[in-house]
Formats: sequence, structure tokens, C-alpha cells
Amino acid sequence: MKYEAVIGLEVHAELLTESKIFCSCTTKFGGEPNTHVCPVCLGLPGTLPVLNKKVVEYAVRAGLALNCTIANFSKMDRKNYFYPDLPKAYQISQYDLPLCSNGYVEIEVDGKVKKIGIKRIHIEEDAGKLLHENTDGSLVDYNRAGVPLIEIVSEPDMTTPEEAYQYLTKLKNILEYTEVSDCKMQEGSLRVDTNVSVRPVGSTELGTKIELKNLNSFRAVQKALEYEIKRQIKVLEEGGTIVQETRRWNESKGITEPMRTKEEAHDYRYFPEPDLVPIIVTDEWKEEIRKSLPEMPHHKRERFIAEYGLPEYDAKIITSSKKMADFFEKCVLEYDSPKTVSNWLMGEFSRLMNETGKEIDEVPVTPQMLVKLLKLIDNGVISGSIAKTVFEEMFGTGKEPEVIVEEKGLKQIANENELREIIKKVIVENPKSVEDYKNGKEKAMGFLVGQVMKATKGKANPQLTNQILKEELSK
Amino acid sequence: MELYSLTIHELRELLKKREVSALEVTKSYLERIKEVEPKIDALITITEDFALQRAKEADEKIKNGEDTDLTGIPVIIKDNISTEGIKTTCSSKMLENYIPPYNATVVEKLLEEGVIILGKSNLDEFAMGSSTENSAFKTTKNPWDLSRVPGGSSGGSAAAIAADEAAFALGSDTGGSIRQPASLCGVVGMKPTYGLVSRYGLVAFASSLDQIGPFTKDVTDCAIVLNTIIGHDSKDSTSLKIDKPDYTSYLKEDIKGLRIGVAKEFFGEGIEEGVKETVQESIKVLQDLGAEIIDISIPYVEYALPAYYIIASAEASSNLARYDGIRYGHIAEKYEDLIDMYMVTRSEGFGKEVKRRIMLGTYALSSGYYDAYYKKALKVRTLIKNDFEKAFEKCDVIIGPTSPTVAFKIGERANDPLAMYLADIYTVSVNIAGLPGISIPCGLSDGLPVGLQIIGRHFDEGKILNVAYAFEQANKFNAKPQAIGGAR
Ligand SMILES: [Zn+2]
Repeated sequence: MKYEAVIGLEVHAELLTESKIFCSCTTKFGGEPNTHVCPVCLGLPGTLPVLNKKVVEYAVRAGLALNCTIANFSKMDRKNYFYPDLPKAYQISQYDLPLCSNGYVEIEVDGKVKKIGIKRIHIEEDAGKLLHENTDGSLVDYNRAGVPLIEIVSEPDMTTPEEAYQYLTKLKNILEYTEVSDCKMQEGSLRVDTNVSVRPVGSTELGTKIELKNLNSFRAVQKALEYEIKRQIKVLEEGGTIVQETRRWNESKGITEPMRTKEEAHDYRYFPEPDLVPIIVTDEWKEEIRKSLPEMPHHKRERFIAEYGLPEYDAKIITSSKKMADFFEKCVLEYDSPKTVSNWLMGEFSRLMNETGKEIDEVPVTPQMLVKLLKLIDNGVISGSIAKTVFEEMFGTGKEPEVIVEEKGLKQIANENELREIIKKVIVENPKSVEDYKNGKEKAMGFLVGQVMKATKGKANPQLTNQILKEELSK
Repeated sequence: MELYSLTIHELRELLKKREVSALEVTKSYLERIKEVEPKIDALITITEDFALQRAKEADEKIKNGEDTDLTGIPVIIKDNISTEGIKTTCSSKMLENYIPPYNATVVEKLLEEGVIILGKSNLDEFAMGSSTENSAFKTTKNPWDLSRVPGGSSGGSAAAIAADEAAFALGSDTGGSIRQPASLCGVVGMKPTYGLVSRYGLVAFASSLDQIGPFTKDVTDCAIVLNTIIGHDSKDSTSLKIDKPDYTSYLKEDIKGLRIGVAKEFFGEGIEEGVKETVQESIKVLQDLGAEIIDISIPYVEYALPAYYIIASAEASSNLARYDGIRYGHIAEKYEDLIDMYMVTRSEGFGKEVKRRIMLGTYALSSGYYDAYYKKALKVRTLIKNDFEKAFEKCDVIIGPTSPTVAFKIGERANDPLAMYLADIYTVSVNIAGLPGISIPCGLSDGLPVGLQIIGRHFDEGKILNVAYAFEQANKFNAKPQAIGGAR
């Protein structure tokens, strides 16, 4: 029998608002434990929440970008449960009337476009963080308590781990584009849970679903799903049954394992939050937000092809991150060769970002600095290969390219007389190669150029070197 | 005549003319507290040093001409209203040593005016009760008869004003917790319209019903305090933006042509004959003043009490969940694991009535029961609101007894929750509908005070004060509690 998987994803994204959802504390990541707190987010007796209007705006922005219907009328509800990281012992969330619903994103798998439905997006507050110390107990940091979140629940429309990966990539891309969230999984500003079940191909009934947790990267989601789908199929093929449970992805072992929890079936006793009034989003406000939406990735891609003449491949890569696209556009504003810029961004820039695990906005190189570097090449001050060395230095230290060139003496030797002296010396020192060349071995020319470069530490102007060498050899 | 026996407006005259100082007024009250407190146990905390310091500051204000109606006037605050640096216990073992780092908005407003805080008053634990017997620390006695309860849950505040321990007090009213003790102690107590006074800093019992209000010695004082404590608060989303009226402008004796509704449902089963007669005489007084008395009906009011106990308990079960021993308050000494820590902490920290309501509320919100209880109670709430709206098409205010009985004996209903719940039968519907209501003393029955309740339309406190003032002027309530020795 052939099986297929049914995958649904729940994504929690922290919103980029300055202050928390119900108080004026900062949402900044980091900070000494329990310093970004106040009586409201600590849930002290008598305090009341006041909804941050920006949170609604950001969530609506995400909803519009994800093709959702925005509710004119929605409300907040209390989700009741006890846990030390939850100061009020209830989370203010949304239950039956979420802010956004019925959206979708389009993904591309094997060249085919597929629509993945988004069931709902609701707003809620984040909880604090338990710090398991080596003392005889745990400590709680409430800095994160009250940071605004959106929960994006997909329809179970995905059938392969690759689709799940593409969906997450696209979702992250859109959330970054709309500047709703910075989507940093390492800092917990993006969190993913997934549900997966398998069923015989052709069946319309859903299998028993397993919830997967501890997924720290999109690749982890993909790998965990791959493992879990195989596991479930194996269980079924051996005549077993799938037990509904929550399983944890063990990254180092590459397996999913049951989570040992004492949790019983939760009854969250949702009811409308009496401390808050309903959320009204008027059509006027919605339109205002819609108008403020930035250009979406696929539009940008098309524009980059048309406006800058970039190949489709380049345009796709450059626009895969809004920050990269913005960087690109700033460069081409001052530098008239878009393809050169895209080559650098996709080449050296991306290589070093991957090596260091840094995002483009965490790198000290600015668009202006990159443009300066490119102009140094064009003006013959440095060669293309030296430029790579300079760039690496810029990337590491944030120094201006001309400063690096100056400090390290990397300027090209473009003085004809100076270069001719060096070349004469190389000819004298390599009689065998000279002879080979004269006997028609073209390869010997390359060797001699290499010797010149070696003698000048790569600073010889390549065109000039070629020209003088030929002149000297024909003498 | 002792300073402590005076009203706010009487003290204000003396302070303004500099015939007395705020310090003298404060000392007079502190003396009075020392004298009567051992008998009535109205207070949990007495803030003597703070009061004396504030009194000196108030005198400075008066000297500099920066004084207002409440500068130098002493207050007692119910111990479920947050006071920075002063213990706020909610009369619960759970918060026995809890000192808040912030002031409730109402406290902030009073302090700005130069009010002097004398202390914090006793209540039924977390404001759940009608006799103040549910306090974890002490049982407050009724100054009119020390063997009787002062009512509740704001029994400490009501008894304190009846016993002249302060010029006025703040309480909170979720189902009658200001009006019922005001009635039983023979003082004026008002629950304003839901949303008129900020709830920020009021330790939540039932968020959709709770409202802070004043206890005063007469109606004029009630208007003066209201002027200060009302107003939109950006920290409370449920507080409404309205133009602030001057409530003292409603203190007029003329009520000619005013339509006063009398609902037969407020004279039903269980009302004491003495209470009924006293209230009926009061209606006669208002009629003689030229008001038109109109018979009305609020049919769904008989379901107000069950609906109230479901809604209030449901909200309370959630509001009180935060007392888990993790961040502040009581924590179990011995426990096995996290769940056990929660259970032991909460079993030890909460009293019987609080636990009863948490269980009731948890049950009402549980899946499978939600529709049958919580949702149905919300429907009843809508029906009661509609009833009142219809009634207010025919009349301007509605009057009746505040409580079906006069003060009952301590211990009499302590083990009979249902009998205790009936004490609020005439007051809960007002909270359910979010309306304003006042209780003013209207006479004695067997030597104990009877309260007249006047209910108005949303934000129509002005009309309530008009009727209350006219009644008060025509029917002076000069009796003073004898059990502790009155000064007037
Ligand atoms: Zn805060």
C-alpha cells in the first residue's frame, strides 16, 4: 500500500512593535532577567491590560499580505492554565473570533505552484521563560511575558516535508517583507509546531495526528517530518496503530521521541476577556493598512527583471530577502551595473554570510561601501581578485575599502616603466618558459603572467602585464 | 462636638477658614480609631505615620492656597484597592504580607487632592461575602449592635464611617458590596455606573461587575467624592470617556414631577416587615415632595441572583488563578512537585467561600457545561438589562429597599451560603445591568438602620443624587450608633 502524509503547521511569530501587547514595557530581546517588566505584565493584583493598537495593525498587515479576510469585529479571550511562566495563570488570546481568517500562500515545488490555505491568524501575548538552573529549583524570566505574538494556523494542505519547508520559507519571507516580525528562530521570535498524520493514498479519512515540537530551524522541521512520516508508515505496515501524542525532535540523534509529560487533557475554559473591549477594524483603517503594505516578493522579483535587467535566477535570489533586495537597490542607485552588484551579493557576500551565520543587516558592510569597492575595480585601482581580499577585510572589520587598500598597499601597479622592469626580470629568470613560448606553447604565457603576479603580490594590472610581456617577448 | 463626627463639607469649611488644621483633624480621627477600633475591628492596617506626614503636607497646601474640596480630609480605603507601599491583603491569607509597588488610579487621584489615608479596611476575603465574616483576619462588628454583622463585603469601610473612624471611605461593589453594608450600617454608599470609575488597582473579583464607590456620612459628601474619583483612565479599557459633571450641582431639594418607579419584585418574599414599612414610608415622603410614583415591573430580576453567581464566580475563578505562590503572596512550605505546590499553596491560602466560588466558576466554564451555565447566564444578563431599559422608559429612577433585612447576627448565616447570598437579592441586578445605585439611610427598624436604594439610568448619578438629597433634607437621619458612643 502507498501512503501519503497530511501536514499542518502552526507558526508563532513575535511582532516587531516597540512595546508589549498590554503595557508599555519594551519588547527588546535580551536584557537582564526581569528588567523589561512592570505591574501589568507581571499580572500583579489589580492591574489591567490595555491593548496596544500597533499590535492589531501589525496583525492586520500580516493578514492582508497572506490574503486573509480581516474581521471587522473580533475580541480577546482568556485561555486558562497554570504554569510558572504565565503570570496571570491565563493567556490573553483569541478563541472563536480571530482577527484574520481564510488566507493562503502560494508555494513552488518542482516548478508547480500550490496554494496552502491559512485557516486563521490571531493575536495573543507571549509567556515568560523558565530558566533551569543548577540550583534546587527553576527561575523565571518575565521579560518576554506580554510580547505580542501572532499565531498563524495553516490548513492541513501539505503532503510532503519539502512543501512544509517551502511554506515556512515563503511565510517567513512575507512576514519579513511586511516588517511584521524579524522571524529569528534562534531568538525565539519565530516558533514552529507541526501536526502530521499519514493515510493510504486515495483515502479521504485522516489518520491519527502527531504533534512535533522542538523544531529549531526550517531544516529541522523538514527532517523531523521526513523521519516521522517514515516512522508512522512503518508502524502501520507492521500492523500497528498510531497513538495520538506529542513527540520531540531530537536533532543530534535525528529521530522523534515521545515527550514525557504529566499533562492531562487540557480544558482551557476559554471565555471572553472582561477587561478588554471588542476590537473594531473599520474598512477605512483596513484600507489604510493595505495601502501602507510594501511591495510583495513576487512583484519585486518581476520589477527587478524588468527594471534592472537581472536574469530571473538572480532576481529570485536577491528578492528572497527584503533586506537583501533593499541593499541591492541602494547599491544600484549609485552604481550603474546591476548585474555586477547581484554577482557580488550572490557570490562573496552570500558566501561570507553563510560562513558566519550573519544576516545582511548584521554585517558592517553598507551599500555605499560595496559601491566604493566596485568603483575601485572599475578605476583600475585594484584588481578583481584583490577586491575579494579587500571585501573579506571589510566584512570582518567594517573598514572603508580605500582605507584597507591604502593600509595594506594593495594598489595596482599601473606604471608602465615600473612594471616593465619587473617583467624584464621575470623573463631573465625564466629562460625555459620563454623558450617554450617562442616555440609556440601558449600555456607558457600564463605561467609568466603568474610569475609577474607573484613578484608584485597580485598588484600588477593584468591588461598592462599582458601587453608588456608580449612586447618584451617579441623583442 | 468632635471633629471626627463632622462631614467632609463641614470639615472643609473649617479647614478653609483655617479654624482647624488638617493635622488636628487627622489626630482627632486617629484618637477616635484608637477608641472604637477594639470594639468594631473595621481596620486591617492603620497608617498613622503616613497620615500624620500627609496631614502636614495638606496644611502646606492649604497655606499656599492650593487646596481643593478634599484637601486634608481623612479617608479609609478598602483593603482590596492597591496602595503603594501599604499592605493590600484583600483580607486573605494569600496576600497577608503583600505590599503593592503601585497605587490604584482612585488612590492616585485622592492623593493628588491632598486626602489623608488613615488605613485600610476589612472585607470578606477577595470581596466575596455579605457580612465581612469571610475575612481571614477579623470579623468586623456593626457599630449599631456589636453582636451583628456590618454587611459586606465592604463591611470594614461601612462600619468605619458609621463609627466616625474617617470622614469617608472607599469600597467596591460587585453585587451589592457597597450598598448592602451601607444599608446595614446606616451610612450613604454609592455604586457608580460600570465604567465611571477606573478599576485600575482594584484587585479583581468579577471584572465585568466590579466598581469602586464611596461611603460617606451624607449625600453632599457622596457628590463631592464622586467629583474626584470618576473619569476616563487610559489604564482601564472599560472606563468610559464622558464629560465630567459637577455632581454637587444636582444637590437640589426640588423633585417635583420626577417619576419614581417602584418595582413589585423588590418587595417580594423574604423581606422583613420593618424594612418594608420603613421603605414604604420613605416612598410617601418622596411623593409628598411632589414626585410621581409609578408602579413598574422587572420580571427577569428573579433570575439575577443565579446569573450573578455564575458570571461572578466564572470570572473570579480566572482572576484568582494568579495566586499560585510563584511571584508573591503565600507559598506552601512543603510540597512534592509543581502541581502539588499549586494545590497546597492554594488550599492553605484561600478561605472556604473563596474556594467555593472558584470551584463554582471553574465548573461553569468547563467544556460541556459552558453553554448550560455561563452562556445562559449571559443571556439572562441581557434580558435583565432590557428589563431595566424598558422600566426607565416609564420612570427616571427606581427605588426600593437595599437589603431585605436589617443587620443580622454574627454567625447566623455563616454556615448557610444560600441564606447569605439572599442578602444581595435587591442589589445584584444593578451590577448585572451596569447601572448606578445608592443606598441612603431612611429610618430604623428595631433600632437598626434601614437603607433606601435608588437606582438610575447609566451615567445618571446626578438624578440619583437629586432624589437622595431631597429625601435626606426632608427626612433627616440623625440617629447615631449607640453601641460605641456617638458624639452627635
Ligand atoms: Zn510591562
